[in-house]
Amino acid sequence: MIRNSDLVERLYRGLRLVRRAEERVAEIYPSDKIKSPVHLSIGQEAASVAVCDVLGPDDIVGGTYRGHALYLAKGGTLRGMLAEMYGKATGAAGGKGGSMHLVSAEHNVLGATAVVGTNIPIAVGAALSAKMRRSGQVVACFFGDGASEEGVFAESLNFAALKNLPILFVCENNFYAIHEPLDKRWATRRLCERVATYGIPTHLIDNDDVLAMHDASKAAVERIRAGGGPEFIEYHAYRLREHVGPNEDFSAGYRTDTEAEPWRALDQVTVLAAMLDDKRRAEIDADVEAEIAEAEKFAEESQPPALEELHRHVYAD
Amino acid sequence: MSTQTEQGGRILTYVDAIREALTQEMEADESVFVFGLDVDDHKGIQGSTKGLVEKFGPERVFTTPLSEDAMTGAAIGAAMTGMRPVHVHIRMDFLMLAMNQLVNMAAKTHYMYAGAYKVPMVVRSMIGKSWGQGAQHSQGLHSMFAHVPGLKVVAPANAYDVKGCLISAIRDNNPVIFMEHRLLYFTDAYVPEQSYALPFGKARTHGPGDGKGGDVTLVGVSNMVMECLRARELLADAGVAAEVIDPVTLVPLDFESIAASAKRTGKVVIVDNAWLNCGFSAEIAARIAERDDLRHVRIRRMGYAPTTCPTTPWLEKEFYPNPVTIAGEAYALARPDGAKWTPDPKHAELAYQAKFRGPF
Repeated sequence: MIRNSDLVERLYRGLRLVRRAEERVAEIYPSDKIKSPVHLSIGQEAASVAVCDVLGPDDIVGGTYRGHALYLAKGGTLRGMLAEMYGKATGAAGGKGGSMHLVSAEHNVLGATAVVGTNIPIAVGAALSAKMRRSGQVVACFFGDGASEEGVFAESLNFAALKNLPILFVCENNFYAIHEPLDKRWATRRLCERVATYGIPTHLIDNDDVLAMHDASKAAVERIRAGGGPEFIEYHAYRLREHVGPNEDFSAGYRTDTEAEPWRALDQVTVLAAMLDDKRRAEIDADVEAEIAEAEKFAEESQPPALEELHRHVYAD
Repeated sequence: MSTQTEQGGRILTYVDAIREALTQEMEADESVFVFGLDVDDHKGIQGSTKGLVEKFGPERVFTTPLSEDAMTGAAIGAAMTGMRPVHVHIRMDFLMLAMNQLVNMAAKTHYMYAGAYKVPMVVRSMIGKSWGQGAQHSQGLHSMFAHVPGLKVVAPANAYDVKGCLISAIRDNNPVIFMEHRLLYFTDAYVPEQSYALPFGKARTHGPGDGKGGDVTLVGVSNMVMECLRARELLADAGVAAEVIDPVTLVPLDFESIAASAKRTGKVVIVDNAWLNCGFSAEIAARIAERDDLRHVRIRRMGYAPTTCPTTPWLEKEFYPNPVTIAGEAYALARPDGAKWTPDPKHAELAYQAKFRGPF
């Protein structure tokens, strides 16, 4: 089933890059070359890849500590990401942010935060600014199910709706906050209903489907850009690795391998790979591997920051 | 006085100086906007934002939901993307609701993103005092903010400084915690009409007036500068010359001006508009203690009683340092072997009404 081969190729390439880059990160991790905790998005790459395909270069995104997919999908370089994880001067934040704070002003990646929910009002502020500057930019704000429990989420929804701001809220619901399942944290699962009470249109994609996400976010971003105000998408996907670190953790007891099975069957990298002919897929795969190898070499060979960098950037000039 | 008048100076209250600074910066820079609960109502934050919405419109001057956490984040996000927000809180106590955004984001954004984004925002807030402000309308929480690298903390104590510092704060490319005091709002001073920016990190020294170096140094923060100036009047009765240092900006701190005065007098009373424990007064005391050339300096600290602020005036009076208690402490430090002295009660009463107009 091929809908649009250009689109499928782009999405596949995006998904494949994030997946393979993170798998490589997981392989390198035990060597201690990576000087940063890593929160891998393996299994839940699709929301970032789909939404960023819809956004233009001037549009803005803000994300979380599980943010490799968003950073790469919005155009952040893999070189910058790996060098940042290695703690090198050439990293996205010169080694000062690490895996949890990937940033690229050039690509309008507002950064990523490690305190859950904290990025949401920042993105709302960027949307307020876009509206005040009449820039035509749309902001996409990514967060997880845990963030929806923070008070600031409700505050931010209300304000974004009140001011009719150009922002797309994307909740990546992976059903766990660290190791705590949704049913221990949510009184009901009616998240979209909760959001809708602010007058914000909501959309639920509950089967990890990158093409459905692309359709939904494309339509939402068009409405938002036309002045329609904020929209909300809840996207269900499954985190296949541990909360933090390179490994699987199905033996830990808080969730089961059986629970993961249907999500593995939905794996979007595999699904999209099957839509491409073998030759084209092999070309893309080879490109991705070359990019990863080159970025890894770059990170390895880059220098650590000069010691005086410790004191730089505390205040802006 | 004549010099100030020639420069366009006229007597202006602290609150009017704030409003004038906001007006001039909003006229000069379209990216400046003012928001916060009640900034556009008929009272206009005790008058400090009155008339701004009529002049600049509701897009640049607007009230907010009671959502300090999200509104602070919104200010940060707007500041990162080309705007210069001034976020207003009618009491400093409400900043506790914004601590995550201020400490984890505003202070750290420029550093953790290695300069990729700047956060040029001003957080205005007012410390309350008297008439039953009580536990949650009276706190001076500047020490908490001064602790965190990345924030600037400003506490102007007169109308001249508040205008020049607010203009500097708006133009600064960093988050600035701008601390006002309710009891300073109706103090006045000679304030030039034209726009001017005062450099941060420059203390104001009110010389001892004895033609020498002074007998004792009083360091005051925010409204306590005013109380120290009043105490200085009382101390003069006992022949003690006090030099009053107003740091104006706590971060960055002009410690050299404090050190220079301390070196001359050898005696320092630090009077904070806050508690003492782990506070700004402890910071100044520690910096003096760490300096070899100030080894001779003796230090006393004064501030809020180590209690929650009570509302009843009988207890509230005991909670704060006042000109009499400051003068008493300074006298005891300056004249350790002198006759026991307490300020003349009549003069003390008058001292409370003393006005200090500068020129600054």
